[in-house]
Amino acid sequence: METLPGNDMIGLEEIHKRFGRVEALAGVSMRIRAGSVHGIVGENGAGKSTLMKILTGFISRTSGTIRFAGREVDLRTPRDADRLGIGMLYQEPLDFPRLSVLDNFMVAAAGHDPGRLRQQLLELSDRFGFSLDPDSAVERLTVGERQQLELLRLIHRRCRVLILDEPTTGISQEQQEILFAALRALRDRGRAIILVSHKLAEVRSLCDRVTVLRQGRVVADQEQPLDEDRLLQAMFGSLPGGQRTVASRETGRPILAMDRVFSGAGRSGLHDVSVSVAENEVVGLAGLDGSGQAVFLRIAGGLLQPDSGSVRLPDRGRADRPAKGRDCRQTVFLPADRLGEGLVPGLSIREHLLLAGDAPFFLAPTTGRTQAEKTIATCNIIGSPSTPADGLSGGNQQRLLLSLIPDRARLILLENPTRGLDVRSASWMWQFLHRRMGDDGAIIFASPDLEEIMARATRIMVFFNGRILLDAPTDRTDLQTVSRAITGRTPEDARLPAA
Amino acid sequence: MKAQQSIENQSPGSRLPLLLIPALALTLVCLLLLVLGLSPLTIGRALASGSVGNWLKFSHVLSVWSPLLLCSCGLLFTFRAGLWNIGIEGQVILGAICCTAVLRLPGGLLPPPAVLTLALLAGGAGGGLWGILAGELRNRGGVNEIFGGLGLNFVGQGLVIWLIFGPWKRAGIASMSGTDLLPPHFWLQSPPGWRVAPVALALAVLTLAASILLLDRTRFGLRLRAAGTSPGAARLFGIEPDRISLQAMFLAGLLAGLAGGLQVTAVYHRLIPAISSGYGYLALLVVMLANYRPLAVPLIALFFACLVTGSIQLPISLQIDSSLAGVIQGACVLSALLVYGLRKEKS
Repeated sequence: METLPGNDMIGLEEIHKRFGRVEALAGVSMRIRAGSVHGIVGENGAGKSTLMKILTGFISRTSGTIRFAGREVDLRTPRDADRLGIGMLYQEPLDFPRLSVLDNFMVAAAGHDPGRLRQQLLELSDRFGFSLDPDSAVERLTVGERQQLELLRLIHRRCRVLILDEPTTGISQEQQEILFAALRALRDRGRAIILVSHKLAEVRSLCDRVTVLRQGRVVADQEQPLDEDRLLQAMFGSLPGGQRTVASRETGRPILAMDRVFSGAGRSGLHDVSVSVAENEVVGLAGLDGSGQAVFLRIAGGLLQPDSGSVRLPDRGRADRPAKGRDCRQTVFLPADRLGEGLVPGLSIREHLLLAGDAPFFLAPTTGRTQAEKTIATCNIIGSPSTPADGLSGGNQQRLLLSLIPDRARLILLENPTRGLDVRSASWMWQFLHRRMGDDGAIIFASPDLEEIMARATRIMVFFNGRILLDAPTDRTDLQTVSRAITGRTPEDARLPAA
Repeated sequence: MKAQQSIENQSPGSRLPLLLIPALALTLVCLLLLVLGLSPLTIGRALASGSVGNWLKFSHVLSVWSPLLLCSCGLLFTFRAGLWNIGIEGQVILGAICCTAVLRLPGGLLPPPAVLTLALLAGGAGGGLWGILAGELRNRGGVNEIFGGLGLNFVGQGLVIWLIFGPWKRAGIASMSGTDLLPPHFWLQSPPGWRVAPVALALAVLTLAASILLLDRTRFGLRLRAAGTSPGAARLFGIEPDRISLQAMFLAGLLAGLAGGLQVTAVYHRLIPAISSGYGYLALLVVMLANYRPLAVPLIALFFACLVTGSIQLPISLQIDSSLAGVIQGACVLSALLVYGLRKEKS
């Protein structure tokens, strides 16, 4: 069963996927041709990952038809996808770090003939211009080399459809060029390649066709030559006017100052970040997941030490060591993973408040109960003083975390603060935060929701690959500039003729 | 490996009866005895009469219970902090060594009761420092506390043997029977007809009460739980998990060292190579069998002490090796882990 270049390799018709009440995919139809590179772009939560998981059999669609080489197929397990020859290169390579390159190559190969497979590995590696040493341990390879190995494994298994998820994050420019050359060669041999990416530059240089997903739907479909402005508009939509709910106020003294901060943490790390945030500022951090926002917040919160550069915070000279009690700290951080990173499973609401406040040394079972009841009432938490944190819903966990912010907090750092909150809870949360922030505080929050940032923040910083590409007051920038930055185009790029 | 998973499994959703644990353990042991051609009933009777047959025997049980309870209380702190303090065995040994060292100082300066008190304190300090050593190896050196502790156990064991055969050897001879007996005024005395020193007993009971108070009724206990369950979140509350775990290691070592001191002053009245009697390891089993619950610890420890004492006479009366006690203890703990595991799975 050979599919000629130009014919449809994969046809999707009206694919729906529901998770409970959430519709992650709301009727996606598209065709992926043999012998082409097909880009799938979209912002966080647009449905890219869900669609790829359906194609690789990790999750099943709720409804819709999938055709493979003209035949209707049912992808129920990863094995089904593998049998058809659909292979995926994940962001984190799925390999066996302790084994050698050759062992990794052999794990999935048919038969066990080390001599022959070594020969095949070397030939393939050579053909694509890779330089893989069969005997080197995989844990000593760079991410780019592990990708190369993974790619060879998929090719050797005669994959006809290759899906790549943000493949250029964390690899060098040189490795990127080698990878792209390999992908082009595979395309010319009739493979269908799906590239999930948010980097417009690589989409432009590699893809024959681009489909834009937004809120679970296909909102645009373009062939080369691409119209970048229209792509951006499709990816990020346009904001209804007059939504800003925050007024810019006079900014005061600086609260947080970072100078030439570098970090290797996270997927993107942080590269040469120098910013200063002052009193009265509400800063929204934008960018695709894993572009450096998480690392930035943790360094600002003193939870992570930068590899180099200096960080100054209001309550202590440097973010070197945590201050004594949470209550005397003026910097608080509310992580996105509320139960995993912010709260202690098994500890009750009352016990959390005791930990956060000035608890006496000896604690009776009633100590802090009245205080807890008061907090539960003022923060509308659904629960009792003895409810454990893991017994609360996501929204109530966030309310509990918010209630733990001390009155004296001056720098409030939040990661995806409205995730899982309905509109009313979100608006309550912002009122609460503004009260806590007072006249001499600042808020920095990361959010995947651009509308939220434009509405709630006085200043926006856009992260791309660990760098801040755009830093501007929200009332003096527009969505186009912001979305360009999210996809890796700086304002300076826009003035240059397209490469 | 963290202990917190096991500490957290007291979920209300699970309804497998806890009675299954003794039932399962009993079945296992009986089957084993039957296979070996022994009568479970005879053995059970021998164990009971050897431990609770009369006051003399029961007081012997209590003399085992006291140090075992001290070690178990110490482990409650480290388990709460999410640590596997395997090094507790070495902490007992170091406590015994430090205690003996003080008692061997040239005398006359202080009255014997004061020296005895100082010696016990030195034992606690020695054990505590040994615990801190394992904790610092973990915090600063990245050595898992299990391996660090195990290594330090061997060092402690080597140290005690070197002392007994070297600097502290008995006049003229060096033997496995240990150092010279301490002068009787350095003994924690037992009343006639008793095999347990009331001071040791009182120390153990007071420690138990203080531990329960500290664990469940203080800010320290709360912080310990937070740091042990979720170090990342604890950091957001201004708690330094590393410091808390060091404090837990010190407390565990302190109590273990005290137990070592009791072994020297109340039980053997000298330093012997097997001064710890394996109570450190046994305490790990006690606390696991108690499912890390403080209130269950004294009862389980008492049961284990009965087994240890009751099995002493087995070789003489029934020609069975006294290691049977260990077999029963092992069967109990395995059954408990199995049942707790199943309960957790079901919830």
